[in-house]
Amino acid sequence: MMKRRDFLIGTGSAIAATAALGMPYLARAADKLKAAWIFIGPTGDMGWSYQHDLGRQAVAAKYGDRVETIKVENVPESADAERVLTQLANQGSKIIFTTSFGYMEPTLKVAKNFPNVYFEHATGYKRAPNVSTYAVRFYEGRTVQGTLAGRLTKSGIVGYVGSVPIPEVVGGINAFTQAFRKIRPDGKVKVIYVNEWFNPGKEADAAKALIDQGADIMCQHTDSPAPVQTAEARGVWSFGQSSDMAKFGPTRCVTSNVDNWAPYYVKRVGMVLDGTWKSTDTWGGLAAGMLVIPPFNKTVPQDIASEGYKVKQAIIDGTRHPFDGPVANQAGEIKVAAGSNMPDPEILGINWYVQGVEGDLRK
Amino acid sequence: MTELTAILVSMVLSATPLLLAAAGELVTEKSGVLNLGVEGMMIVGAVVGFGAEYNSGSAVMGFAAAAIGGALLAALFGFLTLFFLANQVATGLALTIFGLGLSALIGTAYIGKPLPHLPLLDIPGISDLPVVGPLIFGQDAIVYLSVAVTIAIAWFLSRTRLGLVLRSVGENHEAAHALGYPVRRIRFLAVLFGGAMSGLGGAYLSLAYTPLWSQGMTAGRGWIALALVVFSTWKPWRLLFGAYLFGFFSIVQLHAQGLAVPIAPEFLSMLPYLATILVLVIISRDAKRIRLNAPASLGKAFRATA
Repeated sequence: MMKRRDFLIGTGSAIAATAALGMPYLARAADKLKAAWIFIGPTGDMGWSYQHDLGRQAVAAKYGDRVETIKVENVPESADAERVLTQLANQGSKIIFTTSFGYMEPTLKVAKNFPNVYFEHATGYKRAPNVSTYAVRFYEGRTVQGTLAGRLTKSGIVGYVGSVPIPEVVGGINAFTQAFRKIRPDGKVKVIYVNEWFNPGKEADAAKALIDQGADIMCQHTDSPAPVQTAEARGVWSFGQSSDMAKFGPTRCVTSNVDNWAPYYVKRVGMVLDGTWKSTDTWGGLAAGMLVIPPFNKTVPQDIASEGYKVKQAIIDGTRHPFDGPVANQAGEIKVAAGSNMPDPEILGINWYVQGVEGDLRK
Repeated sequence: MTELTAILVSMVLSATPLLLAAAGELVTEKSGVLNLGVEGMMIVGAVVGFGAEYNSGSAVMGFAAAAIGGALLAALFGFLTLFFLANQVATGLALTIFGLGLSALIGTAYIGKPLPHLPLLDIPGISDLPVVGPLIFGQDAIVYLSVAVTIAIAWFLSRTRLGLVLRSVGENHEAAHALGYPVRRIRFLAVLFGGAMSGLGGAYLSLAYTPLWSQGMTAGRGWIALALVVFSTWKPWRLLFGAYLFGFFSIVQLHAQGLAVPIAPEFLSMLPYLATILVLVIISRDAKRIRLNAPASLGKAFRATA
């Protein structure tokens, strides 16, 4: 794989200036708080890393001269990550965001060596005094999508392009299916995993296969807009992922599940500036503004749209839970009784499909 | 459309970028040059093609620019390996890394911008026939181009004088040189052709397959194209078969998942590669055949001695 170290906003030039002009500049450079981000892919992916990078840009815009942001793209989830993190910490980064699940161990390992540097690991579950974790309740958006899909579908078949069968993806499929089957009890959700997070061609292939098998709703938990675009070409409703993909489906993209990391990043960097940073675990959704659902496409009939907005509001208000009972697994066994909700730890680690999803889940 | 028709139509589409890039590389390798930079040339073609179509509004301009972009990158490779005698393997790998970085740089302006799909051939009555309609009479222009170019290459290599010269350069550059053939010039042209074809293959991804630009969107297809050339034992017809076989397996595994066939998706994802390796093994059992077809001077630097 390509290893492109893309240090933004003149880390290099800052060093050069220090060397040329001597100590006074070094002192001034040290006044600036250095905040760093590492990314699993290119920030030009228009998906996962892109959204994280928007958060970084929000930090740069908010704090201006007080903060210097640094980004490193295409960091493999391996010993390479440790090396990059160590380098960033050595260069004086005060807070480092590691934006992929696979950075969990490298983050903890490097954090141990730099007790005065704050680390923030996205979507992980292991913390330390100087390591926080944060994630988005993506599944909340799936409930809105499932509701809209239930009203929009004719065939009752949903095509779902998955990346890899991890709890985050499975939980999204389940939340979608629960909401979908509340409206279409006979509905089916077909899932195809492409086993990659980002491969436009393969995602398009999967979308085509699903449409060819009768799906008239296209859902995705991969990062490229290819499924949305394919659905548009085939006249099928779709839901975008990570970023707002409306442009790729002008008439058929209903809405997208947009990750919004900016409020969190701005808050956490602010805490470092104030000296109030503490190790925490954040799992925010629609209410926290970490998950954003842009206005639905104008082509969606008014009554269906307003039902969707109502569900969204209900989730924000806490009157609707994406996994409100009864929730049954594929075999029909009740896993969550009527009247109760699935607890957070179970959602976080979910490794089974609810009724209505087709096919076996490989564990 | 029936399931089978759907699989076959998608198979042709997914094979097309591979076929274009691999056909170009086949000609390059037949001239004795191993250019491992296919992935880099493809992705540069993808971004240049996207930019050209985005700014001009013409798909033809897009593909033309992509071919030129791929050829320019190949020219760099050609200069380094043929005139400065740089190691072909190392230069090719560097070209891929360079192409990925360069395309990311050029592409920043095009992230998140959509383009329309290419129009499909539509002959009233005929394109609606079952199976053959959508499969043979309902594709976009580049699909037909990829098949036509492959056939033309087969004809060129085996039936024309220039094709014979190109092959002789690839087999024994000393002998070809002694006979008075301009080894370097022929190889350079073959490298350019390979680059242009890779550029087209990349542009097929960004202009037709998924009309969008995103960094790293070729996702390793250049490497598959390289493998296909070996798989085909440097024969264009077999290349056509190999590309479609690969396309078939990569599509069939997705359909199998959609139909909830109880096989691990990870295993199904492996199938196209497994099939390629298997056929490779079967073909390679016949050592004579491999030796007969592999260009004898492949990857060797040529230094004119006399």
